[in-house]
Amino acid sequence: MAGSLNVSVVSADQQIWAGEASMVVAKTVEGEIGILAGHEPLLAILAAGEVRVNASTGERLVARADDGFLSVENDTVTIVARDAELIK
Amino acid sequence: MGAQLRVYRSKIKSAQTTKKITRAMELISASRIQKAQQRVAASAPYSKAITRAVSAVATYSNVEHPLTSEREKLDTAAIVIFTSDRGLAGAFSSSILKEAESLAELLRSEGKKVEYFLVGRKAVAYFGFRRRAAVKSWTGGTDQPEFGTAKEIADAVVEAYNLDDDGGVDEIHLVYNRFVSMVTQVPEVTRLLPLEIVEGAAPEAPTNDVYPLYEFEPDAATVLDALLPIYVESRIFNAMLQSAAAEHAARQKAMKSASDNADNLIRDYTRLANNARQSEITQQISEIVGGADALASAKN
Repeated sequence: MAGSLNVSVVSADQQIWAGEASMVVAKTVEGEIGILAGHEPLLAILAAGEVRVNASTGERLVARADDGFLSVENDTVTIVARDAELIK
Repeated sequence: MGAQLRVYRSKIKSAQTTKKITRAMELISASRIQKAQQRVAASAPYSKAITRAVSAVATYSNVEHPLTSEREKLDTAAIVIFTSDRGLAGAFSSSILKEAESLAELLRSEGKKVEYFLVGRKAVAYFGFRRRAAVKSWTGGTDQPEFGTAKEIADAVVEAYNLDDDGGVDEIHLVYNRFVSMVTQVPEVTRLLPLEIVEGAAPEAPTNDVYPLYEFEPDAATVLDALLPIYVESRIFNAMLQSAAAEHAARQKAMKSASDNADNLIRDYTRLANNARQSEITQQISEIVGGADALASAKN
């Protein structure tokens, strides 16, 4: 289970963050979901809450992404929200 | 100073003052084009992600959604017109209004009733002057569009679209200026609803790769339900950003030609003024010579 995820966090007017990550944890309308490399393609609606990204560099970021969705395909994760912002 | 010369001098002065203003506006627009273009580029990842997602859902599920299905009876069409707030941008707003008029004409010839949504003070003034009604209008901030405004517009048009037979609209068209380059802006007419899923206006060839089989959470219908309004918003926001970039480019071009014209005027009037001054001097000399002659001949 090597490999990493290609993550981008995108809001309506700009790309907020892009980079490699080992894990993404997001909260969808059905509950929390954790995504590792090799996850099956997924399209999910996000619930209000935080998205946590464990970057490959060891950095951990938390973004607020309300009212958006999450797509996973071929180890590419895109988190799209109208207003998204990095909390830290 | 002769009367003629004074007139020319004042004309030169006024041309110079105008030129100062137009030159300043030209420079301001030139610097804002950059920013507007950057905003168009910055919003591209968002619209690309949404377009991709919507295409994926639409391809892999046979969900019927009111926003994508063509209605049997099309009797009302709405046009959303994106103009600018301020003038002095050449044919920017008038070309859009002309385009909208010809679209309206076409729709009417197909037996549809046409309703309007207006964006920008120029469109509102155009309709106000002709005493024509618009369903809704938004003014202010066309040169620096906010996503909030795009959302409002999207909400309004989707609401109008979802209304039942009486009062609702059956299709929605957008008319806006697309920014092609610093010197070209093309009036663009696109049908927004019912949706034809296309790759956004962002410069990218339609990709033919196959979408993976997605798992939808909670399910395809809900995902589509949530995505489509967002897609509409992003299309409208993109139109607004394009229009803003085009507005700055159009204004820069218009102001550049105004400054050039002022230059020409100043040059022509300077020639005329020099001419007038010279003939004044010549006249004065001949008066003096004539006077001296007369004095000399009087002495003799």
